[in-house]
Amino acid sequence: MRKLLLDKVDVEGIKSYDVYRREGGYRSVEKALKMSPDEILEEVKTSGLRGRGGAGFPTGLKWSFLAKPEGVPRYLLCNADESEPGTFKDRYLMEKIPHLLIEGMIASSFALGANSSYIYIRGEYMFVMKIVENAIAEAYANGWLGKNIQGSGYDLDLTITCGAGAYICGEETALIESLEGNRGNPRIKPPFPAVEGLWQRPSVVNNVETIAAVVPIINDGGEEYAKIGVGRSTGTKLISASGNIVNPGVYEIDMNMTVEEFIYSDKFLGGIKNGKKLKACVPGGSSVPILPHYLVTKTAKGEDRLMSYEGLADGGFATGSMLGSGGFIVYDEDQCIVRNTYNFTRFYQHESCGQCSPCREGTGWMKKVLHNIETGKGTMDDIDLLWDIQKNIEGNTICPLGDAAAWPVAAAIRHFREEFEWHVTNPELSQTQNYGLVAEKTFEVEPA
Amino acid sequence: MSAEATKNITFPKELLDEVARLTAQYPEGKQKSALLRILHMAQAHFGWLDAPVMDYVARLLHLQPIEVYEVATFYSMYDTKKPGLVKLEVCQTGPCSIEGADKIIRYIEKKLNIKVGETTSDGIFTLKGVECLGACGYAPMLQCGHQYHEHLTEAKVDELIEQYHKNPKANYMEY
Repeated sequence: MRKLLLDKVDVEGIKSYDVYRREGGYRSVEKALKMSPDEILEEVKTSGLRGRGGAGFPTGLKWSFLAKPEGVPRYLLCNADESEPGTFKDRYLMEKIPHLLIEGMIASSFALGANSSYIYIRGEYMFVMKIVENAIAEAYANGWLGKNIQGSGYDLDLTITCGAGAYICGEETALIESLEGNRGNPRIKPPFPAVEGLWQRPSVVNNVETIAAVVPIINDGGEEYAKIGVGRSTGTKLISASGNIVNPGVYEIDMNMTVEEFIYSDKFLGGIKNGKKLKACVPGGSSVPILPHYLVTKTAKGEDRLMSYEGLADGGFATGSMLGSGGFIVYDEDQCIVRNTYNFTRFYQHESCGQCSPCREGTGWMKKVLHNIETGKGTMDDIDLLWDIQKNIEGNTICPLGDAAAWPVAAAIRHFREEFEWHVTNPELSQTQNYGLVAEKTFEVEPA
Repeated sequence: MSAEATKNITFPKELLDEVARLTAQYPEGKQKSALLRILHMAQAHFGWLDAPVMDYVARLLHLQPIEVYEVATFYSMYDTKKPGLVKLEVCQTGPCSIEGADKIIRYIEKKLNIKVGETTSDGIFTLKGVECLGACGYAPMLQCGHQYHEHLTEAKVDELIEQYHKNPKANYMEY
């Protein structure tokens, strides 16, 4: 497979403008500036590109929603607040090949008619911000940013700014609040950012990888891009792989690949570390449902599962999961699912902004109940209580953080209930030993 | 910060120039957008964000002090309580946890004789457990200042602590 985003990362000096340009960088901007914004939008729509931050919303459609009232500035905002546990692909891209993001920002800003654009990066990535900031300065110095870019008459200012430690700022309206210098409290939608975003102006918020993908789409055309992948999962996807595997790291894959190949091929994850067996996998960042080993490489129907949006979602939440942000976390037979669920829940409790009661209170309750079960102080009723709490968070909050906190708990109970029960019935043993692999089982659909 | 020091809270000229550069990146009247970065600068320069420092930042940006306080207390990277000179922030979320973050935390606790959230009696080290820092493939890891230290082992932790003990500002990136 031809890589579209990471094909040049190993070229020496690719971080610098000169090398990047010599390797064909900024061609998409030259091409875009000769096209009309509508032509670029059509290419993006044709490409089938979907948001790479997690939700998978079609990018062309998102762009087409942008309100364009006469005389009102509009903004392109790049979401580089990568914070979903298991995800580190945007950091990799920005660290290795920062000009690709800048090139994508210029072409996309032109297509959207934005004259000021902002990149919002998480505060912990300060060292990455410095890399991107240097690249932005080089782009200004070489006439790709500022007034009258390459003599086209188009003006664009690009600024990078940072957060200060808040997962919630990856939610697009929280990101906008943070960019305005406020607490990262998500806004009630509507109005959507496309109508009232940054400073109440029409704004588009796109993930780093999404914006980078615009570069090959303009260079090769949307149709060429759409030839890669499978079905509605077009193009390539960056996957951040972590956990108990031989080769952790960032991979650019064709989404037509099977999960089996991705996990076990030496070209990719190289299998489970230390000769252990696969126990479970969280394929799209901590928010998505965990899959037990018998549903990782195969769907419930026994077909090969694909690394695509549809493939990973096959079976819905009953027997499937989501591609999400592409944060692919692998667990071996020694890992404890209760402990992992507690860990994730602690994360969401810490990161809840506190606006909505179901999320603010519910995440704390779940954390306490999970802590009890994990430390051998739980009861059987606690498991049902957990189920009840997560059900009452899901869908009842302003932003999707509530859902993100609920889903991992629901999936863990759905697929690993015996392991929770084992903790309750073996309070002492569970402190020194792990439950191990769950037995093969036929799946039962949960009661509504 | 001592009462004496609070009287002289002001950025040196190069940081004031940086404030001017940052605020100029936003449209007229939207200078509050620079607040998060300026708070990072203030924390790097003054050590932490106590009320007089936040009041100073408020004056710089023509904000009410409360507008700065509410932001400073929302984001986890800002210290509104005085930390040690060197913050060891160990990622403890999911992937890091299954790759041994908990052991690293216990090891540092034992080595420095403090618990998570505490500062050593000499005021040098503060140990914190933090949530996902986006280094899951290079776990376990910790952040110190603006530096990531990945693929941690006990030997690497020993080395880091020795290095920081000699020179607490060793790996500190000047803002």
